[in-house]
Amino acid sequence: MIAHAIFFYVFSIIAVVSAVMVTVSKNTVHSVFFLILDFISISCLFIMIGAEFLGMIMLIVYVGAVAVLFLFVVMMLNVAQQKNQWFISKENSNHIPIGLLISVIIFFELIIVIGGWKYKPDLFDEGNLLIVNDISNTHSLGMVLYTDYIHIFQISGMILLIAMIGAIVLTFRQREGVKKQSYLKQISRERAEGVEVVEVASNRGVKLDD
Amino acid sequence: MIDIGLGNYLTLGAVIFSIGIIGIFLNRKNIIVILMSIELILLAVNINLVSFSMYLGDLTGQVFTLFILTVAAAEAAIGLAIIVVYYRNSGTIRVEEIDKLKG
Repeated sequence: MIAHAIFFYVFSIIAVVSAVMVTVSKNTVHSVFFLILDFISISCLFIMIGAEFLGMIMLIVYVGAVAVLFLFVVMMLNVAQQKNQWFISKENSNHIPIGLLISVIIFFELIIVIGGWKYKPDLFDEGNLLIVNDISNTHSLGMVLYTDYIHIFQISGMILLIAMIGAIVLTFRQREGVKKQSYLKQISRERAEGVEVVEVASNRGVKLDD
Repeated sequence: MIDIGLGNYLTLGAVIFSIGIIGIFLNRKNIIVILMSIELILLAVNINLVSFSMYLGDLTGQVFTLFILTVAAAEAAIGLAIIVVYYRNSGTIRVEEIDKLKG
């Protein structure tokens, strides 16, 4: 129990501090690094609480794909060295105290809700997917993911496909002056436009391409 | 303090959610940090779902966390593609200078 508490506090303090650093860090590359640290500590928390499949998937998806994508874009766009102007704005800076106020209000509302909540009396009915401790977390997720939630699972696959197509369509551009091979033009070439039969006069030759 | 319960995890989720909100409101640098703040908010939602799922013994929360993960990945890809296109067209992604819509 004490070990659980120690690990929880260590990981959550690392997560909160790195979340703050994502927001206030001067360099955008450093922000991405702290985002990676945040994801790793939260996935450690997930593994500690018993949701080990989600923890591992979070490492793979967030750290392996999303954070690296962020890093790619930050380095590609050359915005890493932009000077930080946090809290310093040229004109209308009156939205900063209001934004802080609203954020603090949201935080305290969430804390009040967490402090005052109670279980609904009929929370545990037969329709719930209760966690069985005999089989592992991955096993039980796989049992429901491909049976009860198969349609949502396939729709999420469609979402990923559409996101991929959208990203390609958005960033694709046709540049001028680049020589490319066009298969359609190649295979639709006819004999008439490729070959010319010329009557060659004797002793005089023929002149083409004048 | 020693007993780690559901309230501790929910508080952690609330703290990270609020930090994400602050990051969106107070950002003066570039849009990429705003996208990172959105990722933080989705992470806080995931913490809430997983901790409820484990403490109430109901697997549905973890299934939905998986789907949130999918949507977050798709959102990051599309958002970064939009940012790349915007940078190619206007040469900046600073928050203050993005005012083409005059909003």
